[in-house]
Amino acid sequence: MATSYEVNRQKEKTPVSELDPADRAKTFDEVALGYTEEEAVAEARRCIQCPNTPCVGGCPVGVPIPRFVEQVAEGNFARAYAIVKSANSLPAICGRVCPQETQCEGVCTRGRNGEPVAIGRLERFTSDWAFAHPEEAAAAMDGLREECAAGDELACSIWRGAEGAVSQDLAGKRVAVIGSGPASLTCAGELVKRGCDITVFEALHKVGGVLTYGIPEFRLPKDLVQREVSKLGDKGVSFEVNALVGKLYDIDELMEDRGFDAVFVGTGAGLPSYLGIEGEGLNGVSVASELLTRVNLMKAYQFPEYETPVYAGKKCVVVGGGNVAMDAARTARRLGADVTVVYRRGREEMPARAEEVHHAEQEGIKFLLLTNPVRILGDESGWVSGVECVRMELGEPDASGRRRPAPIEGSEFVIDIDMLVVAAGSKTNPLIAKTTPGLEVTPRSLIVADERTGATSKPGVFAGGDAVIGAATVILAMGAGKRAAAGIGEYLTQE
Amino acid sequence: MYPIERVEPLNAEVTRMVVRAPEIARKIRPGQFIMLRIDERGERIPLTMNECDPEAGTVTIVFQAVGATTMRLAQLKAGDALLDFAGPLGNPTELEGARRACVIGGGLGTAIAYPQAKWLHEHGCEVDVITGFRTKDLILLEDEIKACSTRQIIMTDDGSNGNKGLVTQALQQRIDEGADYDLVLAVGPVIMMKFVAATTKPYGIKTLVSMNPLMIDGTGMCGGCRVKVGDEYLHACVDGPDFDGHLVDYDDAMRRGVMYRSFEGAAREAAEGRDCNGGTDGERKGA
Repeated sequence: MATSYEVNRQKEKTPVSELDPADRAKTFDEVALGYTEEEAVAEARRCIQCPNTPCVGGCPVGVPIPRFVEQVAEGNFARAYAIVKSANSLPAICGRVCPQETQCEGVCTRGRNGEPVAIGRLERFTSDWAFAHPEEAAAAMDGLREECAAGDELACSIWRGAEGAVSQDLAGKRVAVIGSGPASLTCAGELVKRGCDITVFEALHKVGGVLTYGIPEFRLPKDLVQREVSKLGDKGVSFEVNALVGKLYDIDELMEDRGFDAVFVGTGAGLPSYLGIEGEGLNGVSVASELLTRVNLMKAYQFPEYETPVYAGKKCVVVGGGNVAMDAARTARRLGADVTVVYRRGREEMPARAEEVHHAEQEGIKFLLLTNPVRILGDESGWVSGVECVRMELGEPDASGRRRPAPIEGSEFVIDIDMLVVAAGSKTNPLIAKTTPGLEVTPRSLIVADERTGATSKPGVFAGGDAVIGAATVILAMGAGKRAAAGIGEYLTQE
Repeated sequence: MYPIERVEPLNAEVTRMVVRAPEIARKIRPGQFIMLRIDERGERIPLTMNECDPEAGTVTIVFQAVGATTMRLAQLKAGDALLDFAGPLGNPTELEGARRACVIGGGLGTAIAYPQAKWLHEHGCEVDVITGFRTKDLILLEDEIKACSTRQIIMTDDGSNGNKGLVTQALQQRIDEGADYDLVLAVGPVIMMKFVAATTKPYGIKTLVSMNPLMIDGTGMCGGCRVKVGDEYLHACVDGPDFDGHLVDYDDAMRRGVMYRSFEGAAREAAEGRDCNGGTDGERKGA
């Protein structure tokens, strides 16, 4: 496919400015500063507009990537934003936290010989630009809608599913959305476009789920999350915070007493897992979600101006190798601790994004790979004083294809610490399962839902995101929220 | 926002507050708690329901001004409002089937044990209520408990009400007198609950204790409130707050309970500083 611009043959991505590692390890300011207009244009021009567009297939919410990149390449930033926003209700968030290397950028044609196009950074650029230029962005959204209304096929193909594109076919229908994380916000965003009356129920006092309490400020500024959420509010989505469904109401009450026609369950996987080793109850030991909740949701890093305190030691071990472990390690570092990440497998097996591991290393976080804690040691007053670890070696691949780590006998050693954070994954909260008769769940309390529509075993109840698949990524949750919205639309229109 | 309808000091340290929260008032049961946050800067603190009135749409909480948040809370007036008030949280106390119960409250725990005593009394159970305080000026809810108990025994550490001793001594005496309890429920300082459980254990009397660990979210997602019960850690906010008193590791709970003590002084100073400046958070009145 021809491009209307001269392709930038540079093999590497256009670099993005970041805060200096030494400085940023002392603050919670956002690390990546984002592209300037010039940088964005240069990077967009690396896209060759290949005809088979693998990137679109790699995006769980199907952003028409070459279409918006083309607009950036030509300097039409407002229109680029309108195109992104037509498919993705939270682009400022996705551009920052998606694991693009395994999604859109992982299949980019340019990536076969050099680095892929920096789709995530461009997506972030368009939404940050739109935030700085709200009137032009709004005009571009209107422009796209009008072109579609005038019968322009290309505009319509982009606009399909976007605001105003489908008739208000769900007007008068009421949907309760439980949880306010990425799956729920996306589902709400899709349904409100079709005229549906939406109420989102959130147990905590702020909406956003993991975007608000989990992912740190230095990766995803909280103001930005609230800004994206408030846009949904402007469109007519209502939010009820401090509302723990399963305690304050149950699903049957929502449907029968409060008259909701359908329910979407996007309650995530927020129950922490422990290591199950001796000493986990010592003072100075916490799970990652406690540390992150105190810091992100409660702003404990601004104690005592904010009243929630957070304990930070001088020497901290974080156990785990996922993104949550990286977030916890980098948070502990910013609270002043010297941090070592202990992970039982090797670097190749770490589930964390390569970029996060790189950022952590730049900030002075050390890694002890092929190492597993076996016992946490305490002093006489009950505070953590050390962690006994054992070296591991990787054996044969197990049923899941991952090489199983096994301890090397006699290799035990102790690391002296005064803080330990467990980032060993999370499970699904069984509350909804326990309080919703007729809802089929797995033995691990995951909700059983149809992959295409999100429909559960209970008529009118849909589910998606981590509540269905277990702890995964923001963008997978958003994809599930979008599919469930379509499923709910089908259900509500066939009656 | 959750409007405060009434504020009333019960003694020099303890305040009763009636908060308008109709949805919660309809649902909350004895033993369940709420998490509240005063304003945008505030921390989330758990407080157990003391009374609720579904018709008036109110939930009553009773708290002791010991830290930055409770001190600030105690200064709020009727007409002010709380930013966040979430509940009901935790499991209701399992009271069904009890015929002869002893409800024990230590200090502020009296206010938390009161709804259970009332429920039991209303459901035809014979209820002894033993409460304990440092001194007679701190005695709480005497009239309320009198109205819903078969027998009320009030102990003071200093004997200033003429009844010197610990709640466990009164409990032991009642057991010795032949009180054939099928349920003992204890709410109060961890050390008190530990000794109540030790008192009932030889007799095999079912004993529930209401644990009060540090909490952050109160919905089961952070593990801050874990309590060692038997061999495992359970979350007081979702598995409790009541646990089998004969299985709880009280020493572990006491140790974890003071983990944040070093921060409390700084928080109090900061809160007092704000008050001296007439309040800096804009939403408070009369600070």
